Amino acid sequence: MTTSRYLPLGALAAGLLVLPWLLPNSFYLDLAIRMAINAIIVLGLNLLIGFAGQISLGHAGFLGLGAYASAVLPTHFGWPPLAAMLAGMALTGVLAALVARPIFRLKGHYLAMATLGLGIILNIVVRNEAQWTGGPDGMPVLPFEVAGLTLSRDWHWWWLVSALLLLSVWMAQNLMDSPFGRALRALHGSEVASRGVGVDVAGYKVAIFVLSAMFASLMGSITAHYVGFVTPNVADFFHSIELVTMVVIGGMASVYGSLLGAVLLTALPQLLATFEGWETVVFGAILMLCMIFLPKGLAPTLAARFGKGGQ
Amino acid sequence: MALLEVSELSIQFGGVKAVQAVSFSIDAGMIYAVIGPNGAGKTTLFNLITGVYAPTAGSIRLDGQPVHGLTPDRLAQRGVARTFQNLQVCMNMLAIENVMVGAHLRLDRSLFKAALRWPALRRADAALRDEAAELMRFVGLAQYLTARADSMPYGALKRLEIARALAMRPRLLFLDEPAAGLNPKETQEVDALVRRIADAGVTVVLVEHDMKMVMNLSERILVLDYGKKLAEGNRDEIRRNPDVIAAYLGAHA
Ligand SMILES: Nc1ncnc2c1ncn2[C@@H]1O[C@H](COP(=O)(O)OP(=O)(O)OP(=O)(O)O)[C@@H](O)[C@H]1O
Ligand SMILES: [Mg+2]
Repeated sequence: MTTSRYLPLGALAAGLLVLPWLLPNSFYLDLAIRMAINAIIVLGLNLLIGFAGQISLGHAGFLGLGAYASAVLPTHFGWPPLAAMLAGMALTGVLAALVARPIFRLKGHYLAMATLGLGIILNIVVRNEAQWTGGPDGMPVLPFEVAGLTLSRDWHWWWLVSALLLLSVWMAQNLMDSPFGRALRALHGSEVASRGVGVDVAGYKVAIFVLSAMFASLMGSITAHYVGFVTPNVADFFHSIELVTMVVIGGMASVYGSLLGAVLLTALPQLLATFEGWETVVFGAILMLCMIFLPKGLAPTLAARFGKGGQ
Repeated sequence: MALLEVSELSIQFGGVKAVQAVSFSIDAGMIYAVIGPNGAGKTTLFNLITGVYAPTAGSIRLDGQPVHGLTPDRLAQRGVARTFQNLQVCMNMLAIENVMVGAHLRLDRSLFKAALRWPALRRADAALRDEAAELMRFVGLAQYLTARADSMPYGALKRLEIARALAMRPRLLFLDEPAAGLNPKETQEVDALVRRIADAGVTVVLVEHDMKMVMNLSERILVLDYGKKLAEGNRDEIRRNPDVIAAYLGAHA
């Protein structure tokens, strides 16, 4: 995965570059931007779930933290958006570390339950603190501006998100092919063996959980500024499940699988809109079929069929 | 001074006294064997010394320093490496990556440098890959240099664990039944491999049921039975010891 990895990365860059010219109207550009945003979030989540073998069912809570930091701090306290974004990430990082330290001593389901609980608590907080957050109705978010430049047109957002996506793919691949990443993958493969060679297993789990959460917070902020409005739904349990599903459908421990899962599951509800009222059922059925016939996820299955490595 | 000094070591699981007041010491540079019937407490003894379990009583000293109660990653820092009776290979990785993980403590583990593809870190990683390949050749896995771990046969995975342990550059290496499940030819190769490891200056502690291999390799032998030390001595002493003959041959012949 050393020399050949720049080929897919280059293809991705080229695709992102020409895509806006191929799209018929702004509806599709909006869809593409949301796909790219989800792809970055899912990539961050896949580092945790697919590579390190840990689960988070509360990731939307971290997205929500970032989104509301970017909504509340500039609106109520006059913070510059960039500062609010960084503050959101820092807050998320601290919170994730505080939660992760005790629970990573436990195994398996406890982490799922704890992250689930955390997500629900964050969701309830934003619903109840109406004077700051607008409660269930949500609140508007000021435009993103830095150094006198304002991101307003969809084009701007597309370039920003594309650049972030390319950077994320590149960094995720670098990370997983490094001592840090190998330790993460090793503790997924065998905790006993990893400890035996000196890996501080709990420390690595905390590190990747915090990193993944801060990543989600960053993308929550970006989503909030892009949409210009934030509601508690961003931190919803179902959103967390949706993100995990994207990881699983695309392919655990697969960088490009993350992108594939995000793109497909962001598009699917649009495609299913014609089923009027039954889209959720069809959505569920598709997911079930995927899990039965492609238990490893799309990208690894396709890669295996065409005889490639799958990362 | 002995490299490893174990004294009155005990652990109990519920009512089971898996290891009871076992004492022995190992000098640097030797091959030391621990034998005994199934369930005698050999693996448990390894788990105690490598920090997987904390003893309920007794002490373990490495170079005179007490190390009982330290976690496995701390013991790894002090040069203690091991392989596992029930394979512990990372099946989600390439074979060579499994070996590279063995060098974990010697590497720059910075997250930021890794994400940014820091040149020094890349260079160190490339050198490590060569070193891991060399180790794989050393243990006889030359044909698996590009293989995925989950595509390798059992006998090869046993050696892969040895290569990973060697990547730690250990002073003290614990091998828990390295020849179990291997055919006679493979067993002979492992026998020769253990000899070469010891010749390279690594102190080896070996648990093995293959008596030919034990008698061929070991300078000293500890015999456990029902968690207790039945005997300890060089191969001739052990061969002649009536208790050992009674317990061991009684269980095996
Ligand atoms: N974690 C544990 N919990 C409870 N009992 C245990 C545990 N580990 C080992 N034992 C018990 O301790 C005793 C010694 O087991 P151990 O695995 O050390 O034997 P062994 O000498 O390695 O045997 P073998 O030759 O079959 O590998 C057995 O009775 C076993 O059931
Ligand atoms: Mg055993």
